Amino acid sequence: MTDEAEASADGGRRGDGDDHVAGVRSYTVRLELVDEPGELLRALQPIADNGGNLLSIFHERGNLTPRGHIPVEVDLECTPDRFDDVVAALRDAGVNVIQAGAEQYSEEMTVLLAGHLIDTDLSDTLNRIEECAGASVADISLSSPEGTADASSARLRLAVESGRVDDVLAGIRAVAEDKELRVIEPLTGGGETA
Amino acid sequence: MKLAVLGAGAVGRSVVELAGEYGHTVTAVADSGTAAVDPDGLDAAAVVDRKEREGVVGDAAPEDALAAEYDALVEATPTTLDDAQPGFGHVRAALERDRHVVLANKGPVAERYGDLRALKRESAGDVLFEATVGGAIPVLSTIADFGPSKVTAARGVLNGTANFVLSRMAAEGLDYEHVLAEAQDLGVAEADPAFDVNGTDAALKCVILANVLSDDDVEYSLDDAAVEGITDVPGSALDLAAEDGRTVRLIGEASADGVRVGPRLVPANGTLAVTGTRNIVQLETEHAGRLNVSGRGAGGPETATAVLADVGRLDG
Repeated sequence: MTDEAEASADGGRRGDGDDHVAGVRSYTVRLELVDEPGELLRALQPIADNGGNLLSIFHERGNLTPRGHIPVEVDLECTPDRFDDVVAALRDAGVNVIQAGAEQYSEEMTVLLAGHLIDTDLSDTLNRIEECAGASVADISLSSPEGTADASSARLRLAVESGRVDDVLAGIRAVAEDKELRVIEPLTGGGETA
Repeated sequence: MKLAVLGAGAVGRSVVELAGEYGHTVTAVADSGTAAVDPDGLDAAAVVDRKEREGVVGDAAPEDALAAEYDALVEATPTTLDDAQPGFGHVRAALERDRHVVLANKGPVAERYGDLRALKRESAGDVLFEATVGGAIPVLSTIADFGPSKVTAARGVLNGTANFVLSRMAAEGLDYEHVLAEAQDLGVAEADPAFDVNGTDAALKCVILANVLSDDDVEYSLDDAAVEGITDVPGSALDLAAEDGRTVRLIGEASADGVRVGPRLVPANGTLAVTGTRNIVQLETEHAGRLNVSGRGAGGPETATAVLADVGRLDG
């Protein structure tokens, strides 16, 4: 975690709050919420509980993520050490944190899955992969040449937090083992993963 | 040097045929049931010819070959797992007589490395096994030159049959069964290709690499390797990889910390995406970055060159 102001996806940068109380910075947290009543409130609670001061909430109801979730962008202020607690508390509460402050998804990773992807509930598979700390499914391509009842393959492009590749792969392996799917992992040690 | 060659398959026969060209004399040859022994040197062509015509190498028994006069025993019988017999027994007999041993048989090095090292310590003879990893590719001698402690990891494509199948599947959009049948027709895959397509063969080579890299610190055997094969990689997975500029290869990884073999996504035009039966080994070195060595990883004459290179090292 750097003290640099984060760069948000649209390239805009926020100042790191020179005019604030010493040590307090502004942060942006991107969340993905399930479209159910009370979810937004539930997601904001851990922020307040951990000393975060809410500045703004951008709630894009009309713009669902590929998995049908609602993206929410929250601007808040707190001290850097508090901010870590805020993010941890959000994750503990089961809130899907897509980006937190300067914590960018700095690595991309592609994996293949093969097997009875459809019969084993693909969206659940993707959900569980995203529940691995630090992974977000950016893109999925599916190929079912034999029809959906038979074995198919999927290519997943994942955004992974820096340094979390091994954790995410371990998570994917666990989901795949559970559903008897075959994972074809990238060769990360070869230095040719780009 | 005087050589006793145990095993009269493709590799053993090629060693017998090429030994003279390298300045060595073959004094004994054995297959599983017969042997030919001549302290003054056998007629290589006659031995090979008889093996091909009659299925025997001579009128003597295999133990006569073990007891014959030789400086180095070449162990080229088929690789066996677990107790690695009868290969391990042949190696033991030679070392107990203070003779050198050159292995093409992976069993003793992959499954009983500790026992092998113990025998070597008690013997005046040395043990070399370049031919067990990557056929003609000088992998182990390169590691020895750098020093095992200066090589942090080895990875690569170490099974030509699996690589042929995967690269054909990707290039032609064909299914596994179709390509495997084609490979069998071409003689690239054996009638029973299980050892190759299940990843066992690649894993044995990686276990040997891990044993060498750990430098007697930890002993590995096949049981310690995480192994996945290619039998259930669907054609659709290769298509999806290709759309993304990638492909799938059966990659083995070895380091002092262990062994892993399985199909992996690699860049389609990357170093490791070799095609056909070609093998490649990548070494990560401490002071010289990455080194790639590639070439023919199997075949009689190819593997025999690695055996004879070891014989040359013992002779030097």
